[in-house]
Amino acid sequence: MREINVKEITDSVKKLCVESNCILNDDIYSVLKKSVETEVSEIGKDILEKIVKNADLAKEKMKPICQDTGMAVIFIEIGQEVHISGGNLTAAINEGVKQGYSEGFLRKSVVEDPLIRVNTNDNTPAIIHYDITDGDRIKITVAPKGFGSENMSRLYMLKPSQGENGVKEAVIKTVTLAGSNPCPPMVVGVGIGGNFEHSAYLAKKALLRPIGNYSDKPHIKALEKELFEKVNKTGIGPQGLGGKTTVMGLNIETFATHIAGLPVAVNISCHVTRHREIIL
Amino acid sequence: MSIKINTPITRQMAENLKAGDIVEISGIIYTARDAAHKRMLEEYEKSGELPFDIKNQTIYFAGPSPAKPGEPIGSVGPTTSYRMDSYSPKTIELGLTAMIGKGSRNEEVVEAMKKYKAVYIGAIGGAGALLSSHIKKCDVIAYPDLGAEAVHRLEVYNFPGIVIIDSYGNNLYETEVLKYKEI
Ligand code: SF4
Repeated sequence: MREINVKEITDSVKKLCVESNCILNDDIYSVLKKSVETEVSEIGKDILEKIVKNADLAKEKMKPICQDTGMAVIFIEIGQEVHISGGNLTAAINEGVKQGYSEGFLRKSVVEDPLIRVNTNDNTPAIIHYDITDGDRIKITVAPKGFGSENMSRLYMLKPSQGENGVKEAVIKTVTLAGSNPCPPMVVGVGIGGNFEHSAYLAKKALLRPIGNYSDKPHIKALEKELFEKVNKTGIGPQGLGGKTTVMGLNIETFATHIAGLPVAVNISCHVTRHREIIL
Repeated sequence: MSIKINTPITRQMAENLKAGDIVEISGIIYTARDAAHKRMLEEYEKSGELPFDIKNQTIYFAGPSPAKPGEPIGSVGPTTSYRMDSYSPKTIELGLTAMIGKGSRNEEVVEAMKKYKAVYIGAIGGAGALLSSHIKKCDVIAYPDLGAEAVHRLEVYNFPGIVIIDSYGNNLYETEVLKYKEI
């Protein structure tokens, strides 16, 4: 049994909250830079240039790339040989979020009750997904998610007969409906299979995979490539002001499903798609 | 080439701006998001007053991240404007001439813009760090309890934007996207 103290978890979460919000990941940064060259719309080019400049400035000043520093989504994989000591794990994670958002000058965007809507003022609670794995390590991924793009996400319970075509239609429809709202260029996470809630979880998880890394499953990789091309023909372009750079990356995750269903979830994310991880 | 605009923006100035114009705004603008709009208009119903004189003013739909020590403001890009669609026709009627945000607006807003002569300017969503570098001064002037959603008075300098919907109803989202649409 390896022992890990909750203090170490709090400190890691805190650090990841700040870094993920101020430093754009390399995969997205390099695609953005490339798109400045490839974008055909003049307005689009100008916007992409400014978006790159924004990322540079944020990193240099350790300032949030975007003021919507999101709701903190945490994925934690715990090796079954680990013993967590010193306190409650969920509390430790939330403490890390609280410290990261206050000490890192990040915006607190969480309200305690969805109807009464009073700000919790420390960006807690986080949304935490726990997973048990082999080994004696803990992997923590912090993925803050803004709601301009989250609000444009959709879930469809398709019939099995709708098949691959139904999936394609659902993804294209969602991206088209999102239009200018999720700060395009977007990143799109798609979850296919599982059940109602699991498809949404898969879609969120798909956003964690670096863009440009395709699925290991050949038929899903082909679907990722095809859909990527299609959504970039919608014309939406940077900021929805027209162009060819609408989606920078499209990842699909799948899971087994029931004989009677074909759930498809599409999680829309923006050019500030954030995630950072650490292995303890 | 960008067009330099100094606030306050008169109805005449608003009328001269056309969809597609790239602008740089200097002067005073005010931030307000949905919670502030709701409160402002509720108070107006009761008292006939707003927290600032709205005639010829510009509202930026935004809520900043907290300022670091020594800086006037944190990151501050636009929020999605459709959440203000139910309030904007009223603020336009009361004298607002420019809105800065991101994303599309509904028919009622565009009709009010045409009727009273106002423009809708897009700022780059997600470019909060860059946009904040164009802000010289920031004061909370109403509803501090709303935190990031309070009404802030900003002094901006060459703040970059693009006229998306003009006072004639021309809409850049509609015209530009069609040029590149292939499916
Ligand atoms: S959609 Fe993304 S880039 Fe746009 S405001 Fe929200 S978090 Fe920021």
